[in-house]
Amino acid sequence: MNITNYTVEELHDMLVKKEVTAQEVVKAVFARINETEEKIGAFITLTEEEALEQARKVDEEGINPINVLSGIPIGIKDNIITDGTRTTAASKILEDFIPIYDATVTKKIKEATMIPVGKLNMDEFAMGGSTETSYYKKTRNPWNLDKVPGGSSGGSAAAVAAGQIPVSLGTDTGGSIRQPAAFTGIVGMKPTYGRVSRFGLIAFGSSLDQIGPFTRTVKDNALVLNAISGHDANDSMSYEGAVPDFTAGIEAGVKGMKIGVPTEYLNEKGLEVGVKEAVLKAIETFKSLGAIVEEVSLPHSKYGVPAYYIIASSEASSNLQRFDGVRYGYRSTEAKTLEEVFVKSRTEGFGMEVKRRIMLGTFSLSSGFYDAHFKKAGQTRTLIRQDFDNVFKEYDLILGPTTPTTAFGIGEQIDDPIAMYLSDILTVPVNLAGVPAISIPCGFSNDLPVGLQLIGKHFDEQTIYKAAYAFEQATDFHKEKPNL
Amino acid sequence: MNFETVIGLEVHVELKTDSKMFSPAPAHFGAEPNTNTNVIDWGYPGVLPVINKGAIEFGMKAALALNCEISTDTKFDRKNYFYPDNPKAYQISQFDQPIGHDGWIEVEVEGKKKKIRIERVHLEEDAGKNTHGTDGYSYVDLNRQGTPLIEIVSEADMRSPEEAYAYLEAIKQIIQYTGVSDVKMEEGSMRCDANISIRPIGQEKFGTKTELKNLNSFNFVRRGLAFEEKRQEKVLLSGGVIQQETRRYDEATGDTLLMRVKEGSSDYRYFPEPDLPNIVIDQKWIDRVKETIPEMPKDRRIRYISELGLPEYDAMVLTATKEMSDFFEGTLANGADAKQASNWLMGEVSAYLNSEKLELHDTQLTTENLAGMINLIADGTISSKIAKKVFRELILKGGDAQGVVEANGWVQLSDPAKLLPIINDILDKNEQSIEDFKNGKDRAVGFLVGQIMKATKGQANPGVVNKLLNDELSKR
Repeated sequence: MNITNYTVEELHDMLVKKEVTAQEVVKAVFARINETEEKIGAFITLTEEEALEQARKVDEEGINPINVLSGIPIGIKDNIITDGTRTTAASKILEDFIPIYDATVTKKIKEATMIPVGKLNMDEFAMGGSTETSYYKKTRNPWNLDKVPGGSSGGSAAAVAAGQIPVSLGTDTGGSIRQPAAFTGIVGMKPTYGRVSRFGLIAFGSSLDQIGPFTRTVKDNALVLNAISGHDANDSMSYEGAVPDFTAGIEAGVKGMKIGVPTEYLNEKGLEVGVKEAVLKAIETFKSLGAIVEEVSLPHSKYGVPAYYIIASSEASSNLQRFDGVRYGYRSTEAKTLEEVFVKSRTEGFGMEVKRRIMLGTFSLSSGFYDAHFKKAGQTRTLIRQDFDNVFKEYDLILGPTTPTTAFGIGEQIDDPIAMYLSDILTVPVNLAGVPAISIPCGFSNDLPVGLQLIGKHFDEQTIYKAAYAFEQATDFHKEKPNL
Repeated sequence: MNFETVIGLEVHVELKTDSKMFSPAPAHFGAEPNTNTNVIDWGYPGVLPVINKGAIEFGMKAALALNCEISTDTKFDRKNYFYPDNPKAYQISQFDQPIGHDGWIEVEVEGKKKKIRIERVHLEEDAGKNTHGTDGYSYVDLNRQGTPLIEIVSEADMRSPEEAYAYLEAIKQIIQYTGVSDVKMEEGSMRCDANISIRPIGQEKFGTKTELKNLNSFNFVRRGLAFEEKRQEKVLLSGGVIQQETRRYDEATGDTLLMRVKEGSSDYRYFPEPDLPNIVIDQKWIDRVKETIPEMPKDRRIRYISELGLPEYDAMVLTATKEMSDFFEGTLANGADAKQASNWLMGEVSAYLNSEKLELHDTQLTTENLAGMINLIADGTISSKIAKKVFRELILKGGDAQGVVEANGWVQLSDPAKLLPIINDILDKNEQSIEDFKNGKDRAVGFLVGQIMKATKGQANPGVVNKLLNDELSKR
């Protein structure tokens, strides 16, 4: 079988009807990985034996027709902790790190009897927008192997886009799910902050991080989010409210739905012509489906990037201090004193981008600079959140491009951090506000996929899925596949 | 030139919760290294803290007992620094919204009462422990990592090492009464750092302060401060300047030794802990915690003096520890007379505990059996002399007083009908003594009483014997 062609729903149907076994599905996944991985480089670690063993168990126990995810292979971004499976966050400092517990999401996908097949490449500690800062390898965009897959969840996006796996998990601190989803023409959801437990996610920007699914269709995405959402006593910031069935009413359409398009997003200086055209067409599609689309304003979003880089880096500078060579991970063999254990292990273990952010964050938190940087960034964050609240008083959704451009070339921006940071301009305000947002394919520009971003109210992923599903039904972009 | 000493203390108190501040691992003292730990305590990648609500309430309780205002909106912050016993390289603490602030306690030094203000009481997690082996390795034990602590920061209100000592005693006593900590310096559940400076009398501006560490007992605090105030005075009088520095108290010599000179304040890059929500404390919650705070030693002392009529000294001794005070009250509740109960507890009981180095709960003495014994003395069933024997039985073996007295046949003989035949029998056998008595030799009475006591194996009621003997003698 060619795994490339099937969605989660289709695979489930075939499994229930016994047209295929879970073991055959897993074998097909690894056949596809063997065929394409040399070009794509999506995985840091593959766990074929464990996956086959797990598939055997699922086949033995039989597929539960109610559990859509049973026996479905899944890839996990390498900053999500997996018991017994090496977890590196794409950093040298965790090169040989094999955890002894499962992240809550890992536990949940295992409980759903999904089959983890491996750990996906990413920017080191999720810091980057191209997956180029990984210590291990470069991941290439399946649509054009000279282009980046985006980041930081580049491996998660590329593996799904390349048809290696139907589902993967990524994480999004400033756009790390949506931007790679946009660059690779698939569906990527960043849920509301607090919707999915962060317990077992190697922290980057703790007040911004969220885990979310990559899939090839909107409904698949909703099905996976159903499985990983929910309150977790281990994550004090996780939301205590009930989790709705995200697929319920997904087919209801957008008739009468009020969608706001931020002027700032469409008039962004760096916006690629082809991206703008695709988004304008998408607006027409929504109008033709009966949605009311109007221009709105998010006046403070232009401060999003600086505020984001201060807050995320400050939190990261503290979060990454635990990698000190004392208890686990890389320890410099050169170190002779305690001070040297700390300094050399970190100097040798962290890459350039991680060091840059640690320095940026440490500086922003230092006494004498705190008020002008960290505190100011926090105040900016409040204003950005209020922008969204104001729009959501009248609108059900906010629509715009996910990224200003399509995927850029490998090596093109890696030496220009400011340019790289600015490509997050349309995604970071969402994390600062804590609201949910999806990226879905909405066309092509220069033969590369364009992502459409739909932003919803806090804990209203349902409306996002409804609109995304309606758009997907009305268009064929999700059916386009890269030639590999 | 005459100087005035200015002292402020930072006291850390470990809270006696079952589990740690932010992890479910047990928070107990004395286990094998690293056994009371889990991935959260190790600062493992991906783990998150979860607040132990019990620790918040203990912190509130302590803060309230120290007369603090409770912050209705409180939060945790990260204090960043690298050290092997600090696995996350940050300590979760409270920076600008401590759970309690603006409190005070009263201390008494040489009969003078004084209020010492408390700037703040904040919650934080303890660090692990490093030990340095002789094998060239250093060892990290994270059992203590994450144990809930409160830090009690006083204002610079103390003016002598004696006041600092009295302050510590008072803090210990108050915290012990609340029950939130064992407050044992020898086990590290209470720790103290001291800041001390001196200034010419009359000067308003504080002098440069030094910080003293390694003060492992109340006496070391007092001695260290006494040494330090002299040292600073010598430096100033010889034209030198005090450096802002951290000094270590040397237990062997009683000196303080330079550890490090402080160059400005360390930059801990405090910022709000993003993994934990702010804590909103409403008045209802405060009231509920308030209700769980037992009567404080100061209030008990006042009550013992005014309501029970005890001398001030008794009230002081009885309330020194909560256990003693509770025991006293329990003994009263079981019907004992207050003065008698006080006498026994301050006398025989304390002497026994001191000589055996025990605490009340280590013995078999109970409030019931002590009260029972005191009542047996009061109703004449036993003599005070016999009572001492009964007491030894009770404190060693337990049981109830009446039972012990009966089992040993220690009931006092007071019935004249039973005593008269014995008295007359003794008189019959001691004609000479009667003669002596009639000749005015008082010693004879003592001899006769002795004979009677001997005949009754010491159980005769001496008062009754004396009266009956005099009556009988006058008849002869």
